[in-house]
Amino acid sequence: MTQLALLAHRDPSAPIAYRHGQAISVRRFLTEARILAGALPATGHVINACADRYRFALGFAACLISGRVSLLPPSHMASVLEQLRDFAADAVVLADTEHRDLRLPVFPFPSLGEQVSPDRHEHVEIPAIPAEQLATWVFTSGSTGCPQPHRKHWGLLRKNVVGEVRALGFTPEDPVTLVGTVPPQHMYGFESTVLLAWLSGGSFEASRPFYPADIAEALARCPTNSMLVTTPFHLEKLLDAELALPKIGSLLCATAPLSDALARRAEAELQAPLFEIYGSTETGQLATRRTSRETAWTLFPEVRLGHRNGQTWAEGGHVEIAVPLGDLVEQLDARRFHLKGRNTDLVNIAGKRTSLGWLNQQLLAIPGVDDGSFYIPEQAEQAGASAVVRLAAFVAAPGLGADHLLKELRQRIEPIFLPRPLVLLEELPRNSVGKLLRAACEGLLAEHERDKDKRHGRLP
Amino acid sequence: MTQDAATALKPDDPAELSREVAQLIVTALNLEMTPDEIALDAPLYGEGLGLDSIDILEVALVVSKRYGFSLRADNEDNVSIFASLRSLCDHIQANRTK
Repeated sequence: MTQLALLAHRDPSAPIAYRHGQAISVRRFLTEARILAGALPATGHVINACADRYRFALGFAACLISGRVSLLPPSHMASVLEQLRDFAADAVVLADTEHRDLRLPVFPFPSLGEQVSPDRHEHVEIPAIPAEQLATWVFTSGSTGCPQPHRKHWGLLRKNVVGEVRALGFTPEDPVTLVGTVPPQHMYGFESTVLLAWLSGGSFEASRPFYPADIAEALARCPTNSMLVTTPFHLEKLLDAELALPKIGSLLCATAPLSDALARRAEAELQAPLFEIYGSTETGQLATRRTSRETAWTLFPEVRLGHRNGQTWAEGGHVEIAVPLGDLVEQLDARRFHLKGRNTDLVNIAGKRTSLGWLNQQLLAIPGVDDGSFYIPEQAEQAGASAVVRLAAFVAAPGLGADHLLKELRQRIEPIFLPRPLVLLEELPRNSVGKLLRAACEGLLAEHERDKDKRHGRLP
Repeated sequence: MTQDAATALKPDDPAELSREVAQLIVTALNLEMTPDEIALDAPLYGEGLGLDSIDILEVALVVSKRYGFSLRADNEDNVSIFASLRSLCDHIQANRTK
């Protein structure tokens, strides 16, 4: 059985995390992970809902070294966490925030600080984990509204992130500190803030800064060779805030397409290279590019793209089972490709995915709705890159108001997919084969905008 | 200008501030409503007005530019000043520099 090291660090005194401005050594991290592993309840599955990235990493390491499987929930909402119980009945929630109304056993993150006083010179062994060990199930919100599990074995997870270490040019001599605006439970945040630090011999910042001023402060607390791990939307708001930002080493972006204009602006203002990752929870990371310099993506080692049944499939390398991609792909050679837009039915808003088909089903299931259709406005598509797409919906529901319909929809779909606007019509302008044409939809939206401006007194 | 009108126009008048902030929210997010339709105590985040974390960042940006201070939170689950229009206005009143 192949055993693969948990961490790439050689020096047990090296920092693996920064928390409230304090460096935490590899030695301390491993000591605390072992104590936590001994304290966890006797169960095979742990839902790791820790908000603090250091505690999340301790929980994940504790599960790995004790042979437990971590479940990474797509959100911290009680209803979402409870759905994971259907997946693993013995699961307990490891949480560092209060979960009062949760109908699941909660194991509050224990205080470890007082118990640990690792001796400065004590030798610590870096744990080795079998490559075949099931490390985690990562959940996506799923296009059906029910969290969808994606299994990850330690060997393949590790292979993926070791590929990332190489693609980003990280070396053990020059360790990088990762500062993430993304949660560690999301596949991107999990790989690129936690595992990337573990397997490059670097470190991560424990907080998840949200507002631009928080991001600037978190970066300032870290060594200057830091990498900001973020999303196109968050990056744009950070730049728009026009704060004085500390010196950083590089930037990483994923979850939604980034425009080359925003990439160049970020590189110019932060004086650091920006790398972009293409991937998904199902596949892990598939490709990278330096967005300011190249439009083509370069695949991770051993990953292949196959074309079957009118779709592009990712397979090989660290990809556990072949996965069809939600994007249209133009292959340039065996290692490089261009992205040519989304498959039309699929919706991706700020990294959350669903399909128009499923959204329409939810709309039509509301009592009193005769006809209805979600629509991705053209303006949103053209705004491109960083502007966040908002859906529109056209609904024929005699006697029902937009407020009522939105309230019903809110119980069925994620808030981010709620239509803005929801346009009420007597009937939808479907053509002879029942299709809604793009031109008709754009006309309705333009008319709706004019009506709104009139109502609000912005137009005569 | 009468004494009453001058008082009403003072920038720290709570009613004036909440009208102004409601207008900022409606404009920044291109919402389908008029500013006076945002109830002072209805939740902004999640239920109620239904803003999500993307909206909160948009509003935070216009608020910080208009009132001259930066908003802070530990993480996106801790944006408690966005509990309601009233709590947002209280926070602005306590921190504004312009």
